[in-house]
Amino acid sequence: MAVAIIGVGHTKFGNRRDVNVPELAWEAMKQAFDSANVEQKDVDFFVVGTAGLWSSEAAVPSLMAEYAKLGVGSMRVEAACATGSAAIRVGYTAIESGEADVVLVLGVEKMQESTNPTVIEIIGRFGSYFWEFENFGLTFPAYYALHATAYMAKYGATEEDFARVAVKNHYYGAKNPNAQFQKEITLETALNSPYIAWPFKLYDCSPITDGAAAIVLASEEKVKEWGIEEKVWILSQGVGTGTANLSKRESFTSLKSAAFAAELAYKKAGIDMDAPYKQLDGANVHDCFTAAEIIAYEDLRFAKRGEGVELIRNEQTYIGGRIPVNLDGGLKAKGHPIGATGVSQAVEAYKQLLSKAEAGRQAEIKNGRWLTHNVGGTGHYSYVTIYSLEKR
Amino acid sequence: MEEFKKAVERNIAEYGFPVALDEKTGAMQWVDMRKLELSYLICIDNIAPFFEGMREGKLLTTKCKKCGELFFPPQKDCPNCRVSEMEWVELKKEGVLETLTVVFVRPPSFAMHDPYTVAIAKLDDGVKITAWLRGDPRKVKPGQRVRVEISRRKEGYLMYELVPIEG
Repeated sequence: MAVAIIGVGHTKFGNRRDVNVPELAWEAMKQAFDSANVEQKDVDFFVVGTAGLWSSEAAVPSLMAEYAKLGVGSMRVEAACATGSAAIRVGYTAIESGEADVVLVLGVEKMQESTNPTVIEIIGRFGSYFWEFENFGLTFPAYYALHATAYMAKYGATEEDFARVAVKNHYYGAKNPNAQFQKEITLETALNSPYIAWPFKLYDCSPITDGAAAIVLASEEKVKEWGIEEKVWILSQGVGTGTANLSKRESFTSLKSAAFAAELAYKKAGIDMDAPYKQLDGANVHDCFTAAEIIAYEDLRFAKRGEGVELIRNEQTYIGGRIPVNLDGGLKAKGHPIGATGVSQAVEAYKQLLSKAEAGRQAEIKNGRWLTHNVGGTGHYSYVTIYSLEKR
Repeated sequence: MEEFKKAVERNIAEYGFPVALDEKTGAMQWVDMRKLELSYLICIDNIAPFFEGMREGKLLTTKCKKCGELFFPPQKDCPNCRVSEMEWVELKKEGVLETLTVVFVRPPSFAMHDPYTVAIAKLDDGVKITAWLRGDPRKVKPGQRVRVEISRRKEGYLMYELVPIEG
């Protein structure tokens, strides 16, 4: 049973201390219901992706059942920074298996209910707690910085190369009214910012963000029954899992789980592994840190090993290049509300494929396919999803 | 948060509630009066020889008696053989640095430490180890030979660290 996104909702990302958790979630849900033209009673099941701990509310599905009047089954999902994609997976497989016809998927996070130091403390624990955090105080930027250093040493990439990713993502973030940072930056601004975890500086890091995103998924049957014209199909999804402890990994210049998830997704979608970018119109990759975007180019086979850095140097991931990446500003400029990020990427895939993106950040849609790459932890969980205007 | 706390003290008295206005949005916040302190009890009983070894300056780990796989960090069970018959072996405390980072922005629970270098090295026995790296991080690069030393940390307890081998 094919599964389609038939409606989307997305809040402004950033400091959202103007609303509480259910108010923020409802902003995205209301838009999703409206754009799908469905009522709460049409929904068979709903999934909530939220990582939590930094925010007050833990029982978010029940909270939303109460606030939004949803009386059906639900599930809360957590997969670190890939929480949103994991939530989509639950909805997608529920429909694919025939368990449900219409599923609401919500991703919500209010990280700014806690102070920045508290968030830094919590997020550093998304690894192997005892062997990495307890005694060595790894932070989230530090886990990825270990990869950045290895990539620099092996392939000769520089801090300036990483800064180019930030410049690109701020360039597009400036054109996205939902982005946390809607301001272009220069290479100098990025390079002159203070170190967070060497070689990463402030502008290499995604921010601490509040935000929500929601999508309504429907079965092929429902799409036909309701005669829905505006829709995007989930063509395939690959999922991978990596070791908790980074020292158990062979390489620090790739995320094995992401490469694994990409292969699964490409195979199922019938996409050519040698040059997948030729069959895609663009992608959203998990740029929680600048170097992570470059490594993603290689794990997704947009470039050969060691050549990902050439893509950014030659502006090949801007509109008009080999494959446009993160035209919504990515996690870097749009913001990274952990549980909402994967759902936000799905919203972006829907908008891009249906040519609904804002002026200056709309890709040319020729192949009708968009890829999202959402990574939890440092490759602890990887989700690669391919969205399409045509079903398989 | 300090600003919030100050405003709360004033507002409880003057306004009647623990509230404060967010500086950026101007939106009114209820400033949580409840505080959660987290500190876990983590069982190390099944890998106790690892800690015994460190007391003697040794780096011990587990090796499956059946298939011979060497595990680091040490673990109780061999998932290949589905048996828990491990022997404790001593690792050679030398290897090669694979990667490193310097943590400038530290978690509050590491506030008593200056910025520290975290590195991953591949030991000559084949397993990898994550630890702090002693010395100036600007003088080392991946590929540098390092040794493992066991010493007391600022908090007073024993832990292993990586030290560059000169020359």
